[in-house]
Amino acid sequence: MIEDIELETLINEVYEYYGFDFGSYSRASLKRRVNRIYQLDGFTYFEEFLSKVRSDSEYYKRMVDEITVNVTEMFRDPSFYTVIRNQILPLLGTKPFIRLWHAGCSTGEEVYSVAILLKEAGLLHKSLIYATDINTTVLETAKKGIFPLRMMKEYSENYRDSGGKEDFSNYYTANYGIAKFNEELSKKMVFSQHNLVSDTSFNEFDLIFCRNVLIYFDNDLQKRAINLFDESLSVLGFLALGTKETIKYSISQSKYKQVEKEKIWRKIK
Amino acid sequence: MEENQINQDFKVVIIGGSAGSLNVLMQILPQLPVIKTFAVVIVLHRKSTDDQTLEELIKLKVRSNVKPIEDKVPFLPGFIYIAPSNYHLLFEKNDVLSLDTSEKINYSRPSIDVSFESAAEVYKNRLTGILLSGSNADGTEGLKSVKNEGGTIIIQDPDSAEMPFMPNHAIQNTTPDYVLNIQQILQFILSIDN
Ligand SMILES: C[S@@+](CC[C@H](N)C(=O)[O-])C[C@H]1O[C@@H](n2cnc3c(N)ncnc32)[C@H](O)[C@@H]1O
Repeated sequence: MIEDIELETLINEVYEYYGFDFGSYSRASLKRRVNRIYQLDGFTYFEEFLSKVRSDSEYYKRMVDEITVNVTEMFRDPSFYTVIRNQILPLLGTKPFIRLWHAGCSTGEEVYSVAILLKEAGLLHKSLIYATDINTTVLETAKKGIFPLRMMKEYSENYRDSGGKEDFSNYYTANYGIAKFNEELSKKMVFSQHNLVSDTSFNEFDLIFCRNVLIYFDNDLQKRAINLFDESLSVLGFLALGTKETIKYSISQSKYKQVEKEKIWRKIK
Repeated sequence: MEENQINQDFKVVIIGGSAGSLNVLMQILPQLPVIKTFAVVIVLHRKSTDDQTLEELIKLKVRSNVKPIEDKVPFLPGFIYIAPSNYHLLFEKNDVLSLDTSEKINYSRPSIDVSFESAAEVYKNRLTGILLSGSNADGTEGLKSVKNEGGTIIIQDPDSAEMPFMPNHAIQNTTPDYVLNIQQILQFILSIDN
């Protein structure tokens, strides 16, 4: 187990050697994740771990991949997707063109879920979905649209709970334990690396999803991210966060109107 | 991250439980007067959907304020907190709560181990970990951390538990400060404010 002070040393060294700043990540989770990989990879001395991270950029990448939490699901929180389906998409549907952004998309389950909603609303053909993450390994998976077949039972239940009426299995082809989602969905997606700590706004969007990413940030970094989303949202666009996240402490409330009790806010000016 | 001055009077009680523990809580929590010098955190294994039935149920039965947990809410004495479904609950050094969606531990999210371990690091000897009924091994490792950091560990007497596996597992693998039945657990919590 590493000490608090060692964690700070690691953060500083990573910044110095690789320019990545974990300084504003929530310590409780970060420490757990670093301890996890430290133990998984069989280190006994912190110095040994630190010098490996410093000298071996492949190992550094592995460490970053392992300390970021990539757990995700299709149609996670079905009631959230019901609101997107029934209230948000119809409002966006009147636009000639719809731009969406998933920030911190991980392996893409959320992105494919939304693409399915767009398709069912008849909006997919005029949508473009940007999906970004800092972790390039998860982006590779997301691009392929290949998820474990054993998850499909749960996902199709989530899909149904969210108001889906189609046969969920029409959206993928099953093969040797994997489910490959139709290219019709992925055709509308653009994946790229983007870091919420240091990168800037790159487009204007009508709907931004950033779910279960801000929980890993401290208040200052949350503020930075929310402001970045604010700069990237068109007026009357929507920002959707995870079920336990809020913009309340990050940005002036007069600029945004919450959609009922959902973690969805509309930019009103 | 800025470290606040440590409030040495702020004590923390975390109650972890699985199958058969809701009943125990319903015998304990309604008996508590408004709590003052400590916070109670409830970490129960629950369905992964974001439903609020547990929160609503407990709110109806207790005199203290139940604070809904969102990411980075201040963690304060005088309140009861309930770990939300589908997140692990973590404790930051500056008395705020964090959530985390990482892998399930012991098939559970929230995991009792995760919350015990995280709180032990911050609250050390000001933390009491109480483990109730259940049929899962969750909680044992966490209680070890609580003990290592100087906290107090209490395990429900398996004879009083609907599902004795979880308390038995913990008793066999830790050195509990107390093994108590439901009434005694209540007495223990009542004594904290006195
Ligand atoms: C728990 S996943 C969330 C996945 C999905 N949005 C969901 O809610 O199911 C968090 C993701 O945030 C990404 N992440 C962490 N720090 C980031 C940063 N600074 N910039 C962009 N993405 C980041 C992680 O790599 C990870 O894939």
